[in-house]
Amino acid sequence: MSCWETVQAYAFRSFGLGERLLPKADITLCEQVTLIGSGMLWNLYFGVLALAAGFFLATGLALAKNAQNPWLRKPAEWFIFVFRGSPLFIQFFLAYEAFVLLPKVGVEFMLFGIEFNATTKWLTRAWLGALIVLFLNTSAYSAEIFYGALRSVPKGDQEAADAYGLSGWHKFRRITWPTMLRLAWPAYTNEAIFLFHATTLVYFSGFPAWKQMGDALYYASYFADKTFNPFVPYPLVAGYFIVLTLIVITLFGMVNRRLNRHLPQAQKKRFRFRPQWIR
Amino acid sequence: MFSYCADPKTLEGLAWLSCYLTNGVHMKFYWSFVTVLVLLAITAPVALSFGFAGAMASRSHFPPLAWLGRIYTAMVRGVPDIAFFLFFVIALDQGLEWLRHHAMCPDWKEPIRQGANFLVCPEAKLPQSSAPQIWHEIYNASLAIFTFAIVFGAFAANVIYGAMNAVPKEQLETAHAYGMSNRQTFWRILVPQMWIYALPGLSNLWMILIKATPLLFLLGVQDIVYWARELGGSKTSVFAYPHPDWRLYYFLFLLVFYLAFTRVSEIALTRLTRKLSRGQATMAGEAQRKAAA
Repeated sequence: MSCWETVQAYAFRSFGLGERLLPKADITLCEQVTLIGSGMLWNLYFGVLALAAGFFLATGLALAKNAQNPWLRKPAEWFIFVFRGSPLFIQFFLAYEAFVLLPKVGVEFMLFGIEFNATTKWLTRAWLGALIVLFLNTSAYSAEIFYGALRSVPKGDQEAADAYGLSGWHKFRRITWPTMLRLAWPAYTNEAIFLFHATTLVYFSGFPAWKQMGDALYYASYFADKTFNPFVPYPLVAGYFIVLTLIVITLFGMVNRRLNRHLPQAQKKRFRFRPQWIR
Repeated sequence: MFSYCADPKTLEGLAWLSCYLTNGVHMKFYWSFVTVLVLLAITAPVALSFGFAGAMASRSHFPPLAWLGRIYTAMVRGVPDIAFFLFFVIALDQGLEWLRHHAMCPDWKEPIRQGANFLVCPEAKLPQSSAPQIWHEIYNASLAIFTFAIVFGAFAANVIYGAMNAVPKEQLETAHAYGMSNRQTFWRILVPQMWIYALPGLSNLWMILIKATPLLFLLGVQDIVYWARELGGSKTSVFAYPHPDWRLYYFLFLLVFYLAFTRVSEIALTRLTRKLSRGQATMAGEAQRKAAA
């Protein structure tokens, strides 16, 4: 099989398209690059969706934690404590076991004129179950970052907003929230990077890789098992992730520039990768 | 454990539960908590010394050493730690066997890598196949500790390197002005003052290290996750204590254990920070001085 044929056969293997059987013997470098790259699609899927959804829950949680009302504050504090204080690995196991015990029910519903058939069985599959765990987990970590930023929004900004007659939703949307994001952004970038790294845990923690459809690390450990040579697949994973990390830094850097665009040049906070903020 | 546990089939309710929770395999489960704590207690100082060495190397004036330090500190940034864990355990094992193979069997003619096999001479095998089970376990555990130390050492090196740069330059200049050599300045002025700047990063690292311990399971150590899965799985009536799938409760217990552990660590580290801030030229140190005066 030429390399191009391998790419055609395995490029979307992680989503169940193309060749059904994984390469077993005489594994070529091309097969490793293609399959591990195919697995990266899952890492992207988990990371992007969890981040996108988590952003909103995190904002809500940060506001709730900052609230005066204990009925809002306490649940938010506990949510953040539980998800930040325990290992993600255990959270995956726990969620999987809980989802398995759920009664099997199906619901049918119409969405955009198409009939859907959702069942609770989906929760035991990684694409939904692990996504929910990652979503809650990143929400908790981001909420703590946002909360810290919310606490350090300059007092003067608030007073100026009051003086201009802004209040309630308008004040939040136009003054507090942008400043909060601006202050939180460097730390939030780190959180995004580490969330992408955390997606590699999914297929090693309870959630089975159905029909051998797994992520990059799943395929890498498959190859390491089959060839008994860790020196090819793991560096490949590392290479893919370094590229992904650079992309994340670039994209978040663009947002960071936009958030800081009104500030004088010298005051701008450049993003520096500091592991003080690792999760 | 208790005398009434002789025939578990006849027991019910609390008596059954007390016997169930104290049977032999559960004792192994409880011991595995001790194992995890011991592994943590060994890993943390080893990782810290790796980090210190990495930071010292990065600051070196000898370029190759400085590059080595920089590469070491940079390597963990872009790559998931679990990929390192999976990689190093096999790589270290093969590396050691390869070295021993070359040292012990110089006249072995066949290649080591034959297709999907890694063949070394029997004398070079680690641990020897005739060794008792306990050596296999110790070997596995030390590989895991070393792997953890490498990865967390790189994180720690990053933190310590930053902390060393955060010590006010004037302090070092004053030391030089008093005629201290580079070495004296480093050990007497820089290192004692650096810890307070490194502490926030190191505390965070300690939390991450705690939360990384369940990954030992992936490295083949029989840790709490391993036993929780073993014990929680449903047991048929062949077993002395049959029960349905209880893995959920076991993992819930692990979750609570980790929550308590991180919470206690957090409180202890806050106290340590307060203690280390005493007499330091930082805001916290200044606040303590004013409060006392």
